[in-house]
Amino acid sequence: MEAAQEVIRLKETARNTRKLILESLAEAGSGHPGGSLSAVELLVGLYFHVMRYDPKNPVWPDRDRFFLSKGHAAPLLYAILAQAGYFPVEELMTLRKMGSRLQGHPSMGIPGVEAPAGSEGIGLSLGVGTSLAAKVDKKNYRTYVLMGDGEQQEGQIWEAAMSASKFRLDNLTAIVDRNGIQQDGLTEQIMPIEPLAAKWRAFNWNVIEVDGYDFSQLLDGFELAASTRNRPTVIIAHTVKGKGISFMEWSPQYHGTAPAKDKLSAVLSELK
Amino acid sequence: MMLSKTGTMRDAYGEALLELGSTHPNVVVLGADTTGSLKSGVFQGKFPERFFNMGIAEQNLVGVAAGFALSGKTAYAGTYAIFVPGKCVDQIRNNIAYPNLDVKIVCSHGGISVGPDGASHQQVEDVAIMRAIPRMRVVVPADSVSTKSTIIKIADIPGPFYVRLTRPTTQIVYEGGFEYEFGKAKVLMEGGDVAIFANGIMVPEAVKAAESLRSGGTSASVIDLHTVKPIDSETVTRFAEKCGCVVTAEEHNVLGGMGSAVAEVLGEKRPTPMKRVGVMDTFGESGDAPALLKKYGLTSSHVAEAAETVIKMRR
Repeated sequence: MEAAQEVIRLKETARNTRKLILESLAEAGSGHPGGSLSAVELLVGLYFHVMRYDPKNPVWPDRDRFFLSKGHAAPLLYAILAQAGYFPVEELMTLRKMGSRLQGHPSMGIPGVEAPAGSEGIGLSLGVGTSLAAKVDKKNYRTYVLMGDGEQQEGQIWEAAMSASKFRLDNLTAIVDRNGIQQDGLTEQIMPIEPLAAKWRAFNWNVIEVDGYDFSQLLDGFELAASTRNRPTVIIAHTVKGKGISFMEWSPQYHGTAPAKDKLSAVLSELK
Repeated sequence: MMLSKTGTMRDAYGEALLELGSTHPNVVVLGADTTGSLKSGVFQGKFPERFFNMGIAEQNLVGVAAGFALSGKTAYAGTYAIFVPGKCVDQIRNNIAYPNLDVKIVCSHGGISVGPDGASHQQVEDVAIMRAIPRMRVVVPADSVSTKSTIIKIADIPGPFYVRLTRPTTQIVYEGGFEYEFGKAKVLMEGGDVAIFANGIMVPEAVKAAESLRSGGTSASVIDLHTVKPIDSETVTRFAEKCGCVVTAEEHNVLGGMGSAVAEVLGEKRPTPMKRVGVMDTFGESGDAPALLKKYGLTSSHVAEAAETVIKMRR
């Protein structure tokens, strides 16, 4: 019963996260809804169930680390960090504006943001670095890296993958937001990445596939990752680009088109 | 000036890392399959738990070094120059410079003196690339003595650095010792007719040029402009003013390197006739280092010739 209540709480947070993403994007007038909406449950599960952190002390040395490699999902990360208490929720309405801390893509100076992001394919290497540093310092914090599926096309991902298994980084968990769509269209048409799970297995990673909207599967996946020894884990989360808003779902167009401000209330009414 | 001894910058890098390993427990060292050549491997012998060979994967090398710095480490990462500034400019910009991380990128095999490996391995654009990245500091030491001091000193200067070393054993300029001062050029000879700014292996060439000019009655100043960024604009303008004409000498493309940096300073602060000695916007080729340096215009006689030309341009 307690687990069921936890899932209800997380679902409510996910709904609120979608609302904040859409509101901040509509206010900004530009940005990336598709890949923000697709990965909501992945970050809600991490930040509101799995990770240890202290919003009053963002640089707490023992905190778990999170890197957003798919930097265009900044509206998602900001909505999560605001709800986690790193900065006021109202600040989300300054997204992408001149003088705002909330840059179009994550940057230093935003409480809770560990590293800048925006150039695809380079985030997993950062996670390898912090995971190695944890081993050197004999600390037990964990590192999580959220990648897009389109960025699996970047070569550096596979350099990082190779090095994480070389160094047996069982304190590193990567997550792939497998929503199937990139800016120009379907990943499998633009540059096929399948068989994706087999690729990660071939790089000696522990591979877990989950439904990205099923919290019990997700949380089990994170738990399994944390209890796996001597190998890094990748969670391939099957998701839907633009999840939650009918006309944005499965739409490459809404990779990078903000919802119109005058349509916002109709859009928000779709959120369940 | 005596130029009687020689030393290898890569040996100095290894020695400096060994010292840092003892004095700085936060230092980690990363390499990319060239750690024997760069002598960073000696660090592995003594501090294996703080040494990481990332294989032939330079972009990951840079990103992992950034991850270490995000965890409070001072990361020294490097391989051959040809494989880092050009191949990893995005990672250097977005993972290191933008977040202002404590990563010291140290690369050997800068310039054309790499020799027989040929143009694919002769990095003559690195200073230009790195100089254009905000927050990046760029140092080109003159010899093994100054290399060692530089590597040790920058451990205590937070933020990103690029240090460019050369492959061959070269003449020691600082037999009497060298203490790296951040952003402060080192005046080696003082003369009033022409100011020669040099860095890297062109420093001993500039010294030899000044000595040969002296026998012809010309007195030259020689300044080691090891730190290209931030550039010591005070010293640059002071010597331009004192001598009225300037020569720059570097083992790098004349576009975008130290000579360009000097021209930028002088163009804005004190327009002065100048000549740049360097690689004339071309690729190199296979050959031994002395022959290549001669063919591509990077010897003391090229520096002296430039000095004589620019002296005639003085107002």
